[in-house]
Amino acid sequence: MTTPQYRVAIVGAGPSGFYAAEALLRAQKGVAVDLFERLPVPYGLVRFGVAPDHPKLKQVTAVFDRIAAMPGFRFVGGVDVGTDISIAALRRAYHAVVLATGASLGREIGLPGEKLAGNRQASDFVGWYNGHPDHRDLAFDFSGERAVVIGHGNVALDVARILLKTPDELRRTDIAAHALEALAESRVRDVHLIGRRGPSETRFSAKELGEFDTLTACDPGVDPSDLPADAFSHGDGFDIERKASLDLLERFSRRVATKERRCLFHLEPVCFEGGEVVQSAVFRRNCVEGAAEECIRIDTKLVFLSVGRRTSPIEGIAYDGSRGVHANRGGRLMVHDRIDHGLYTCGWSKRGPQGTIGTNRACALDTVEKILVDLDSLPSPEPGAIDRLVSSIGRRHGVPLDFDAWRIIDSAEVARGCVNGKPREKFVSVDDMVATARERGIAC
Amino acid sequence: MTYVVTDQCTGCRYTECVTVCPVECFHLDDEMTYIDPENCIDCGGCVPACPVGAIQASCLLAPEQQKWIEINRRRAAETPVITSRLAPLPGADERKKALGL
Repeated sequence: MTTPQYRVAIVGAGPSGFYAAEALLRAQKGVAVDLFERLPVPYGLVRFGVAPDHPKLKQVTAVFDRIAAMPGFRFVGGVDVGTDISIAALRRAYHAVVLATGASLGREIGLPGEKLAGNRQASDFVGWYNGHPDHRDLAFDFSGERAVVIGHGNVALDVARILLKTPDELRRTDIAAHALEALAESRVRDVHLIGRRGPSETRFSAKELGEFDTLTACDPGVDPSDLPADAFSHGDGFDIERKASLDLLERFSRRVATKERRCLFHLEPVCFEGGEVVQSAVFRRNCVEGAAEECIRIDTKLVFLSVGRRTSPIEGIAYDGSRGVHANRGGRLMVHDRIDHGLYTCGWSKRGPQGTIGTNRACALDTVEKILVDLDSLPSPEPGAIDRLVSSIGRRHGVPLDFDAWRIIDSAEVARGCVNGKPREKFVSVDDMVATARERGIAC
Repeated sequence: MTYVVTDQCTGCRYTECVTVCPVECFHLDDEMTYIDPENCIDCGGCVPACPVGAIQASCLLAPEQQKWIEINRRRAAETPVITSRLAPLPGADERKKALGL
C-alpha cells in the first residue's frame, strides 16, 4: 500500500473487528487499519466462545488470516484500550476509532436467589473450558450428579453438551487441558435446561439440538407433563429451522432413556433456594396461564445462567444500559443524543449478542459504510502519534505482539496439541503467550 | 453436513445470504445461488437471512429435495463466488408475496 490517506483503529480482534478491517481495506480509499486486541492472540469468540467440539466453525479463522495478510493491515496485540491506553489517545492518533469489543459480561435473570454461591455465568464456564486467560483460574464444583442451566439458546446447549460428553468425546478437541482434567473427574450425569418460554420460542438451532441425539452416553429428554398440551404445534409459520427444533423436542419427549447420562428440558424458572450456596433450582410445570401451578424443585449445587450478555463499558464512552451496548445509532457512537464524531462500533458491542459469526460481517459492513461517508469530514490525526503509540506498546512486552508473533504462538500451540492428539493445546496465560513470542522471535 | 440452497431461491435470488456468510462460500448463476460445501463451515447464519426460506441444513432436507446437495456441489464448482448483495431478480417481491411470506 502507498502511504495511506486515512488511518483507522479497530478495538477488538473478534469476528466483527476483522470484518470491519476487511471492509475498510477493500474500499480502495487509502485506509490503513490497526486492529488492537487486549490479548496477544486474535479471533475473539471464535477462539474463546465457539465450543471445542465444533472445529468446523473455527475454520473461519482462515478468512481472518487472509484479512490479516491484506496490505494496510496491522495487528497490535496485548493492549487493553481504556486501561493501557485511553480512547482519547487513540482518537488523537487516528481519523476514526471503531469499538468491536463484543459482549463479555453475563446478564442476570432477575430471579430470587440468583446471587447465591454456586450460581455461575455460562460465559465464565465457556471461557474456562476454552482456555481464556481471564477464566483459567476459576473452579467449578462437579461433585454433584445434577447441574442446571438456565436459558434456551445455543450457549446453554454448549454448556450442557460439554458437561455431558464423556472424556473420550472431548479428548481430541482443543479444550483447555485444565478443563479436560476437571471434567474427566466430574460426577455430573443429569443436566436440566430450563427456559422461560415454550418449545416454539426457544433460540436453539436445530443442528445443535440434534447433536444431543448423537452423544455416546447421554439421552435427551422432555417430560411432556412439564408442558401445555399443544406445546409442539408448529403454527402457521414456514420457519423450517423452528419446525425442525420442535420435531426434535417432541421426539425427545417420547424417548425412553437407556444411557447413563440425561439432558432434560424444562420451562419457567421460578427461584433458587439455599443458604449461602445454592441447593436447588425451582421451576414451574405445565405453564398454562390460569392453570393450577405445580412447582418442581431440582436439588443441585451447580447452576449456569445463560440468559444473554452485555458489553463491558469503556471509560469515556457513553453506555446504553437498556441494550447493554455502547450508545450508538446505526454504528455511530452517541453522546447525549449527539453523534460523537470519529467514534464507531460494530458487532455485539453495537447491536447486542445476536446472530451467527457472519451476522457480524453484515453488521461491520454497515458501520464501515458510515465511516467511509464521514472520512473526509474527520480531523487528521497528530503526525507521528501512531508510531509513538505502537512502539511504546512493543516496549511494554519486550516484543511486538503483531500478527507474526501470533503465528509463532499459533505454531507452538499446534505443536503442543499434536503430542496429545489435539488440534492445539492453547496457552492459557498471557505471560506464556508473550514468552513464546519472545523466545521464538529471538531464535528466528 | 452442509447447508444447501434449494429451488425456492429460483425466481427471487435475493442474495441476503451473501451478506451474512462468514466465509464467502456463495456462488451464483442467472437463476439462483449455491453453497460451496467445501468452504461452508455449517454456521447456519444464512438460513434465517433468506427472505423465502430457500436454504436448509442438508440433514433436514425432505427426500425429494436431497438432489440439491449434489446440485449445490456441482454448480458451486462451475460458477463464480459472489461477495456482496445484488438486486433481487425482477418479480422477486411479487413471488415472495404470492408465497404468503
